[in-house]
Amino acid sequence: MSFDLNARVPAGPLAEKWSSHKAHLRLVNPANRRKYHVIVVGSGLAGGAAAASLGEMGFNVSCFCYQDSPRRAHSIAAQGGINAAKNYQNDGDSVYRLFYDTIKGGDFRAREANVYRLAEVSGNIIDQAVATGVPFAREYGGLLDNRSFGGAQVSRTFYARGQTGQQLLLGAYSALSRQIGIGTVKMYNRHEMLDLVLVEGHAKGIITRNMISGEIKAWNADAVVVCTGGYGNVFFLSTNAQGCNVTAAYRCYKHGAGFANPCFTQIHPTCIPVHGDQQSKLTLMSESLRNDGRVWAPNSRELAARVLAGQLKPADITEADRDYYLERKYPSFGNLAPRDISSRAAKEACDDKRGIAPGSGLGVYLDFRDAINRLGESKIRERYGNLFDMYECITGENPYKVPMMIFPAVHYTMGGLWVDYNLQSTIPGLFVGGEANFSDHGANRLGASALMQGLADGYFVLPSTVPDYLASTGLGGAPSIENPAYKEACEQARERTAKLLAIKGNASPRALHQKLGNIMWEKCGMARTKQGLTAAIEEIKELREEFWKNVCVVGENDTINPELERAGRVADFLEFSEIMCRDALLREESCGGHFRSEHQTDDGEAKRDDTNFAHVAVWEFQGSDTPPVRHQEELKYEEVKLATRSYK
Amino acid sequence: MSNETNAHDQTLNLTIRVWRQPTRLAKGSFKEYKVSNISTGSSFLEMLDILNEQLVAQKEEPIAFDHDCREGICGMCSMTINGVPHGPLQGVTTCQVHMRHFKDGETITIEPWRARPFPVIKDIVVDRTPLDSITQAGGFISIRTGSAIDANIIPIPKPVADRAMDAAECIGCGACVAACPNAAAMLFVGSKVAHFNSLPQGKAEKEQRTLAMVKVMDEAGFGSCTNYGECQAVCPKGNTLDFIAQLNRDYAVAKIKRFFQSTGKKRAGA
Ligand SMILES: Cc1cc2nc3c(=O)[nH]c(=O)nc-3n(C[C@H](O)[C@H](O)[C@H](O)COP(=O)(O)OP(=O)(O)OC[C@H]3O[C@@H](n4cnc5c(N)ncnc54)[C@H](O)[C@@H]3O)c2cc1C
Ligand code: SF4
Ligand code: FES
Repeated sequence: MSFDLNARVPAGPLAEKWSSHKAHLRLVNPANRRKYHVIVVGSGLAGGAAAASLGEMGFNVSCFCYQDSPRRAHSIAAQGGINAAKNYQNDGDSVYRLFYDTIKGGDFRAREANVYRLAEVSGNIIDQAVATGVPFAREYGGLLDNRSFGGAQVSRTFYARGQTGQQLLLGAYSALSRQIGIGTVKMYNRHEMLDLVLVEGHAKGIITRNMISGEIKAWNADAVVVCTGGYGNVFFLSTNAQGCNVTAAYRCYKHGAGFANPCFTQIHPTCIPVHGDQQSKLTLMSESLRNDGRVWAPNSRELAARVLAGQLKPADITEADRDYYLERKYPSFGNLAPRDISSRAAKEACDDKRGIAPGSGLGVYLDFRDAINRLGESKIRERYGNLFDMYECITGENPYKVPMMIFPAVHYTMGGLWVDYNLQSTIPGLFVGGEANFSDHGANRLGASALMQGLADGYFVLPSTVPDYLASTGLGGAPSIENPAYKEACEQARERTAKLLAIKGNASPRALHQKLGNIMWEKCGMARTKQGLTAAIEEIKELREEFWKNVCVVGENDTINPELERAGRVADFLEFSEIMCRDALLREESCGGHFRSEHQTDDGEAKRDDTNFAHVAVWEFQGSDTPPVRHQEELKYEEVKLATRSYK
Repeated sequence: MSNETNAHDQTLNLTIRVWRQPTRLAKGSFKEYKVSNISTGSSFLEMLDILNEQLVAQKEEPIAFDHDCREGICGMCSMTINGVPHGPLQGVTTCQVHMRHFKDGETITIEPWRARPFPVIKDIVVDRTPLDSITQAGGFISIRTGSAIDANIIPIPKPVADRAMDAAECIGCGACVAACPNAAAMLFVGSKVAHFNSLPQGKAEKEQRTLAMVKVMDEAGFGSCTNYGECQAVCPKGNTLDFIAQLNRDYAVAKIKRFFQSTGKKRAGA
């Protein structure tokens, strides 16, 4: 199969592309729909909404997730909100403005037509969510309320307290539940996708492991939709859930699906710092806090050292000795500078040994003292009460009295499987939605736009484009499950599992994962260098060898085995991380969340190279012993002009 | 009010008494393990991670337990700690409990949710799919994708929206069932019913929804509510008996309406 990177962007003016494209997509006769079997892997916003919508249209859908219920997909954890160009506030918002902000926020590394469509359907998402019963915040007049988020000058973020992701997911989950009840969707909880099955070059099924019985089984289908979320856990510590993985996407890659921009990772500036080496995950403190909190570090190493030694409390540090570095460096945006920029500034302060988190020093203050003095504690409680409680619950400190400590943490992955305008990967019949694809956020995602993208893909794009593919293949039906391709893939998955169990070495999967995380954070994290990345590639290779020689997977396959689950995921992270580093190494520019120290302006800002890098890097697997090949999809901007982002 | 000192420095040595049960049908029992040097800043589940690493190093099977988000929102974690579902603190999930709330030298007892409709699958992991079945029966508003009206056409008074949101905060963890001497799922069902039935969008299916969810709840073997109130005491989201009262009201009204309902037509065969 040749590697086809034609994005299939429809012709015509930007604003008409989606409607005219939709009008020309092929349909499946309602009476025939149930004869088509569609597999949806993932029950988050993207997968849940896609499975529910396709089921309701009458297709025969099977949906898989690794949790014990589809309602627990990690979309549930999103706090802040979801963007939509409703212009309910009458503050000049429009589809075009949301489109432009998103393209610019992504540092001009996303595909124009996809982003425009995202902005275009954003309003329908809110309608759909409200109709399914999502209790968004309302004003006293009963109309929907909005808040502001980073990177925008309008108020277009819809929210449900600090639990927007939860409520949106419960909306999609209830729609999905209805279809499960009716019988159009069959739900398989606690099933992990281990592989993709191709028949004659088309995606025609998957292999799963039943996480209770250990049964490894093949499923045949007419098409496969992968919505398995992001791979932030390659860094070991992130704001992702424990089970988030790259396995499903990586297996698709190994079968020939292009992997786009794997190095584009979002590091969120305001997370609770690491407390020691017993830590298993990092917790996000919403971006909204930076509306009233001021970020600072002591202005000298001596002061920071005395804080670390317990001789000084933050309150003892005088105004003159505080460095409000965001306000100093970015006077016009101040504490609301975008995520990538704020994260790097925090790192800079800590690299300068002015960090103050106990133990490592890796942390700076987010201080509400001035806001509390100005507005009163009760006002601050009203605005951020649940976040302050969460902070206190984790750290045992009261942020009304002492400043919060924060540090950047891995949060989101903009990279993902390459898809064309129809969200189809380079493998025909394999569609990818949500965080698992690469499509809309370029090199940096704006706050409140991942929920929007997940639901746009799930409710509006995939239900139109998947049937188009099905109509093109005709009613031949899925290949018979007796097809040798299924048996072979099953055998391979069983062998791999058996191999993991048989090594019986001395290193736990968790310990090896932690080591990988350290390499990635140090060398492929907030600041990347040629030297660091080159070294990382070697270190990852060594670690991979160590893994396959020395991993210890206790227990058996035929039972719940968390060690085996982790080992399988870590094994894939150990291969995938190398591609991330290669991608970061070859992208000789800084853009969005990708900061190459060699490519910065005199005052330390990211320096983009539009002449050589205004493209999507797409990686093609070449076999286990051969390095992958990097292809390019050139980004053609018809509507917007490339400009330098400045927040000074 | 919390202390202002930094809690990161101390460490604990503990005895963990935990339920081990290899399979659904096997007979389980408590086993005791020692863990040491647990930082008071660690979470309860991180303490278990450390214990599990210790077991793995001895080539012993680690303790299986459910967890995912580790920030109190997915509803996956589910442990009874010292006799209380989700442990000693009010209004938090197991994964939000931190070790600073325990004493050096303490013995901590960990069990799975104990409730007839939630069979143990392994160690601390139970099967909570009956909660999904209840939702599948009626926990939704029927609306086709793409056919929704504009979101601002129906204004919803803020107190109504707030009440729906309060109810909708339920994370489906099942702690209420585990805490109830009758293994009733009334707080879970009441929360869902209160969420949808309060909203104008949910009114059309109000009766149907309530009856269908209660029917499946009964069939799944959940007990009935006799007002112990244990459920609200352990609910990590602070949902209260108020939602059960609404469920009872809506159920009674739905029953009566059903009884008197007539299509106005002669019934075939009647
Ligand atoms: C803490 C936090 C806060 C956030 N806040 C916001 C916010 O305020 N606004 C915003 O827009 N975005 C936010 N985001 C980002 C956003 O929540 C996610 O990007 C988005 O929800 C991802 O949705 P998804 O459907 O692609 O994947 P997910 O919701 O992660 O779902 C993945 C699904 O795939 C399944 N799965 C994964 N791997 C496998 C496998 N191998 N086999 C079988 N099934 C598998 C899982 O079971 C799950 O059902 C936040 C993210 C985090 C972590
Ligand atoms: S009502 Fe409370 S305790 Fe019961 S399932 Fe919901 S969140 Fe858990
Ligand atoms: S692990 Fe998600 S709520 Fe505890």
